Amino acid sequence: MSQPANMPRWASLWLMPLLNLFAALFVSGLVIALIGEDPVECLKLMINGAFGYPEGIGYTLFYTTSFIFTGLAVAAAFHAGLFNIGGEGQMYLAGLGVTLVCLQFDYLPAYVVIPLAMLAAIVFGGAWALVPGYLQAKRGSHIVVTTIMFNFIASSLMTWLLVDKLRMEGSQTPATREFAQNAWVPMLHELFAPLGFELPNTPLNASFFLALVALVLFYLVVWHSPKGFVTRTVGLNEKAARYAGIPVDKVVIAVMCVSGALAGLAAINELLGSTHRMNMGFTNGIGFVGIAVALMGRNHPVGILLSALLFGALTQGGLDLSFEKPAITREMIIFTQGLIILFCGALENLFQTPLSAAFKRMLKNQ
Amino acid sequence: MAELAIELIGVNKHFGEVHANKNITFGVRKGTVHGIIGENGAGKSTLMSIIYGYYQADSGTIKINGKAERIRSSHAAIGLGIGMVHQHFMLVDPFTVLENIVLGAEGGMTLDGSLAAARTHLQKLNQDYGLQVDPDAIVGELGVGTQQRVEILKTLYRGADVLILDEPTAVLTPQEADDLFRILRLLREQGKTVILITHKLREVMDITDDVTVMRAGEIVGQVRTADVTKEDLADLMVGRKVNMHLDKAAAVPGEKVLGVSGLNLVDGRGVALLKDISFDLHAGEIVGIAGVSGNGQSELLEVLSGMRDATSGSVQFKGQELVTLKTREPKAAAYRKLGIAHIPEDRSREGMVKDFMTFENAILGYHDDPSVRRGFLFNRKAIIERCRRFIDEFDVRPALTHRRIGLFSGGNQQKVILAREIHANPDLLLIGQPTRGVDIGAIEFIHKRLMQLRDEGKALLLVSVELDEIMALSDRIIVMNGGAISGELPAAEATATSLGLLMGGHK
Repeated sequence: MSQPANMPRWASLWLMPLLNLFAALFVSGLVIALIGEDPVECLKLMINGAFGYPEGIGYTLFYTTSFIFTGLAVAAAFHAGLFNIGGEGQMYLAGLGVTLVCLQFDYLPAYVVIPLAMLAAIVFGGAWALVPGYLQAKRGSHIVVTTIMFNFIASSLMTWLLVDKLRMEGSQTPATREFAQNAWVPMLHELFAPLGFELPNTPLNASFFLALVALVLFYLVVWHSPKGFVTRTVGLNEKAARYAGIPVDKVVIAVMCVSGALAGLAAINELLGSTHRMNMGFTNGIGFVGIAVALMGRNHPVGILLSALLFGALTQGGLDLSFEKPAITREMIIFTQGLIILFCGALENLFQTPLSAAFKRMLKNQ
Repeated sequence: MAELAIELIGVNKHFGEVHANKNITFGVRKGTVHGIIGENGAGKSTLMSIIYGYYQADSGTIKINGKAERIRSSHAAIGLGIGMVHQHFMLVDPFTVLENIVLGAEGGMTLDGSLAAARTHLQKLNQDYGLQVDPDAIVGELGVGTQQRVEILKTLYRGADVLILDEPTAVLTPQEADDLFRILRLLREQGKTVILITHKLREVMDITDDVTVMRAGEIVGQVRTADVTKEDLADLMVGRKVNMHLDKAAAVPGEKVLGVSGLNLVDGRGVALLKDISFDLHAGEIVGIAGVSGNGQSELLEVLSGMRDATSGSVQFKGQELVTLKTREPKAAAYRKLGIAHIPEDRSREGMVKDFMTFENAILGYHDDPSVRRGFLFNRKAIIERCRRFIDEFDVRPALTHRRIGLFSGGNQQKVILAREIHANPDLLLIGQPTRGVDIGAIEFIHKRLMQLRDEGKALLLVSVELDEIMALSDRIIVMNGGAISGELPAAEATATSLGLLMGGHK
């Protein structure tokens, strides 16, 4: 018997993640002070970089888009009790699907090639998660171990393909040729220009709306559909799932496929929205940030939107900051991200005991 | 007034907003067997945990042998001569009895010395209390009754003068329980004090000297056992008049619903869990399966509900063979659609998802039914309306559709499950331990409801370790022992003794 926490729901949903976030920022500030910079000034620069001017906001939302997809991927698996750490590899492989479609078919009109590329992202990302899912369901191989290993396999496979097979002829860079414009997902500033809105030129593209749709669909499926019901039952109580006649192994495999497909959609944002070609290592840790996004967002779409926005702002604000302050390198930003993951994920309940004690005192005094 | 071994004065304990123990004041006389009874959630376990040092009281005084003490850990409690025998034994199966007893009280650098000393000490204890336990037996190979005696020996070895036993007869046959009571009487004669936590009134009447009755965290009665009747105690526990007698009309069995013949189940290691089980079940009758838990009843329910495949044999349900039935979906889902509903034995781990709301649990297993869907989404309104009907009809309290079911009491959880399974209008209802962990008020309700189902012409298969329940509800009783049927008899002819013998495997 454990003592029930004395905390109102709003406090555990909002106050705790915020406290964790502030703790992470505080420690980051200490380190920044240690290397001789002014933490308050740095924070101001970062916020300004992320939200202070139109281009900044565009970039922030562009990064947010990818984080929403990889965050949803982790959350989907989580609801079935699975910890999918393979978002990075699944996104990478989805990128391969997108690339193959674009290299072959980018002479076709946009309304054919873009849906085709999206389908390829879903199929390739899903398939890369299918194997660990199958191994978990049928062979009991732990999903954490297999998905991690699949990240490495994906990385090696893609290196080989990009160096030996897909590299643009006559180039030394491990990257494909640029895709034809037909395959580019329209930029937001292009979309809004005819309507008379002048948006800055940023990689923010229509995938952002796709991400928002995915958030809404995620909510409906998980909490308002039999499929989500079955998934959550498997995640919360496998024995009850068997009692209820739910095919647990099929659910595990299916959910992993959905999870991989969601991670795969992040590749659309990156490849067809921004770079318009496949580069080696284009995933750049986005799959891993998805874990933090899901943890901090409590696997709920609203939380995921907010935490994806936070990490998007950190990425963009951090880049701006490192331009302004040479002492603050890209590694420093990754360090801050790491601290946020540490405080929000691993040390999630750090403040629970003192906080619930505080609430208890408050209730007594009333 | 005799000297008090334990005395509590004004003890309070809160868990958050729950006031688990309210101003508890009572004493346990030295050298007596003291019963503590109360419904689930009445605060018995919390109270014992305070005495045994698991929890600290928020306020109040605890006196051991007349001296006020602060018991900060179970270690401290043992030091004060208090021992506890838990409902779930805390034994290491591959160890011998002797090793288990020394465990935690080894002393010294090497084991040999303490083992030899323990052996001598143990033999004396064995003799003094008539425990008859072989110190060199492997604990895992001993019967449940003997394992319990090892637990008792363990506490005595650590010098306990006060023994707390938590629901000790839950896992015993009636004969084994008698044996336990014989030992408890011996302990009393030797001057030990025994605190017996139970919900079985028969046992309280049988063995205790004093009874303390708890309800909703408070003590509502402290009496000498000799001065009261079973009915008095039941009324005190529930706080109102309880009709303990079930009015049962004679069964009118109809056509055969279930025909089991030659059913076998062998697990992966080659152990036979079900051996040649054969019986029939008709519409409008309740067949009870009695037996000490772990003798194949659970496996039988699992096979009949489709959660597990039989190795061989036949199960005919309404003329359809189930064992060889090929289904695309899991069998549990297929059987449910054929008209077999199942109230699982392990309610909290199988029958529901604790973190789900009431309304979500109200459709578990029926979540694919067209009546709860609208396209690819749920028809949330229909589900909540259905849940609301369940709550009204079965008097679920608190009457909330949006509350995690894990927060309800056992009885109210069971009502939701029962309502859900009955709603499907099944021909066959498999019921495992319908009233385990359920308070008396709800037991009465659940029993009446099951009788009503029988009278409506349903076939009910009831598995329970509570003999009283089996005898009260069943029309026929099948006894299982070691995975096989050891006897079958009409309920009218069954007595605790005749059933007990069959449960022990004597034909």
